[in-house]
Amino acid sequence: MLEINNLHAELEEDSGVKILKGLSLTIKPGEVHAIMGPNGSGKSTLSYVLSGRDGYEVTEGSATLEGVDLLEMEPEERAAAGLFLAFQYPVEIPGVGNMTFLRTAVNAQRKARGEEELSAGEFLKVVRAKAKELQIDAEMLKRPVNVGFSGGEKKRNEILQMAMLEPKMCILDETDSGLDVDAMKLVSDGVNALRDAGRSFLVITHYQRLLNHIQPDVVHIMSEGRIIKTGGPELALEVEENGYADLMAEAQA
Amino acid sequence: MMPRAKLKAQKVEAANALLDGRALPQGGAWITRARSDAEQRVRDMGLPTKRDEYWRYTDPRRLTSADVVAGALHDTQGEAPAFDAFDRVKLVFVDGVFDADASDPMALDGVEICQLSQAAMTDLHWARDIYGALEARGQSPVERPLASLNTAYATEGVLIRVTGKPAKPISLIYQRKSETSDAMVHHVIRVESGAEATILENGPFATRFNQVMEVDIADGGTLHHIRAQGRDHERAGSAHFFARLGAGSHLKSFTLTANGALIRNDSVIWLDGGEGSAHVAGATVGDGAFHHDDTVFITHGAPRCESRQVFKKVLRHGAVGVFQGKILVDQIAQLTDGYQISQSLLLDEDAQFLAKPELEIYADDVKCSHGSTSGEIDSNQLFYLRARGVPEDTAKTLLVLAFLAEALDEIADPAYAEDLRARLEAWFERRG
Repeated sequence: MLEINNLHAELEEDSGVKILKGLSLTIKPGEVHAIMGPNGSGKSTLSYVLSGRDGYEVTEGSATLEGVDLLEMEPEERAAAGLFLAFQYPVEIPGVGNMTFLRTAVNAQRKARGEEELSAGEFLKVVRAKAKELQIDAEMLKRPVNVGFSGGEKKRNEILQMAMLEPKMCILDETDSGLDVDAMKLVSDGVNALRDAGRSFLVITHYQRLLNHIQPDVVHIMSEGRIIKTGGPELALEVEENGYADLMAEAQA
Repeated sequence: MMPRAKLKAQKVEAANALLDGRALPQGGAWITRARSDAEQRVRDMGLPTKRDEYWRYTDPRRLTSADVVAGALHDTQGEAPAFDAFDRVKLVFVDGVFDADASDPMALDGVEICQLSQAAMTDLHWARDIYGALEARGQSPVERPLASLNTAYATEGVLIRVTGKPAKPISLIYQRKSETSDAMVHHVIRVESGAEATILENGPFATRFNQVMEVDIADGGTLHHIRAQGRDHERAGSAHFFARLGAGSHLKSFTLTANGALIRNDSVIWLDGGEGSAHVAGATVGDGAFHHDDTVFITHGAPRCESRQVFKKVLRHGAVGVFQGKILVDQIAQLTDGYQISQSLLLDEDAQFLAKPELEIYADDVKCSHGSTSGEIDSNQLFYLRARGVPEDTAKTLLVLAFLAEALDEIADPAYAEDLRARLEAWFERRG
């Protein structure tokens, strides 16, 4: 599904600040991978480079989605190709209704893929059903995108977008940050409901606790722009117990 | 720097040169007095120049010159005029001249309408207490000679007296069919106590226009004023909107401006009775050779009134937007709630926004806030939309419309707001 090979990236401004330093990763269809790592290891940069945010320059390496070069595409093309980034800090957009936003996005992607656009009626039916599962009420759907939403509401709204857009490859960037226990359960249930054989996930997190809810197949430890260790779910538990220091020392040895 | 006295002498000289030998229009006693008083005001004040404080950002020469700068007619590319879908009483002016054949009969329950040209021939008319009177009041503390010029020489316009709650809006439609038309139109609107009406205005008007609308809202009256100026590039004009509000009365005035070589809109509003409200809003989109100036002056002259000024401008390719907005709170106007926001979205580095927000407050227990900002499209919002699959152009249009939404939200009836929003969306899609 997603194949990242020897990826190097640096900040466009402050040129010379290298963030990703040879990251490689392969995620097969249906798999859930987690990336853990200390602050500043480049986890969020990886999500931005993959989704096409301005401000980063890829200097070496490749990233492909189902064999298609992601790095050559505009952000909207990557989305239409099936990539989805759940933002760590979902953006507030005053003046744009949540429903308008969702419908514009769904239909733009359908159009880009040569599919027929959803009518207002069809769209409404689908969105209402999916919103209900995430306990998103009609009022939240009517409000401007993320404006006045609590931290938990913003994250649920991200998962609603994911559910509506039905991407193949979902990247969750610290989706657990700012969530209480109940909200984390709700968000995780939403993610788990989307798990299937044709859809893969890359879950970026600081903490192991999210992985109790969204159980990964593979866990990677990232440090200084690279994957330093890969293992099963037990690796996350080891981090929880001992911190990153041992693993980082081990990698440098 | 030119001495004040010399500048004033030049302004007066320019006014005399423009007016000498120009006869006032024929009319009955009431209007002849109003016209000759106004003509004298123009001669006393002189013509505006760019050295005047309220013309610093906008050069008035094109509005005061003896000759009109010719302008090619605009191709609407099949776009229907604003408010086309609404049931309304249509009153059509072609290059500033009333066109009876193209207009609906002036009959509507709850309203009396007549042409200025007919009322002017009578010796007595209800409009005599308003025609030229609000304009004259509006000359202090800021002089507005173009409005006096209009009072003196306008022969076209309608006088509307709202006595009830008419079922339909009254729609003033301004068509331009000449490349050199020079129009002067003067309307008077009186909203009687407890009455309520909607006035729509749309169309490019004329190659050059000078419009005055004087509005007198009695106690408990309500007026909705929605204006769409656009989307003809090759025209210049000045529109003055004077409104006096009695106790417990309400005014909502909204203007959409798209394109135009030079447009100056002055709104002068007095809250004379307690517990009234006046909302003035504008959405402006300018692309290329475009200069748009909103100048607003709201006077709180009674306690417990609310006023709002919401102006949003989207500019690019050298377009210039100006906002000069003032809230004046008299000593008596305790518990005033005043709000003013003017914002521009500059889509490139060539566009320019000039703002002069002013507060002048003499009462001690008031709430007044104002803000003015100038910015570009938020890159985080743009990326968020694109990351969800929305193409860049569509995402930008969404964000621009979102920026303008606060001004459009000032229109009470969402159907009119949607009509204008859809036009704005089409405008951006056409322009890419």
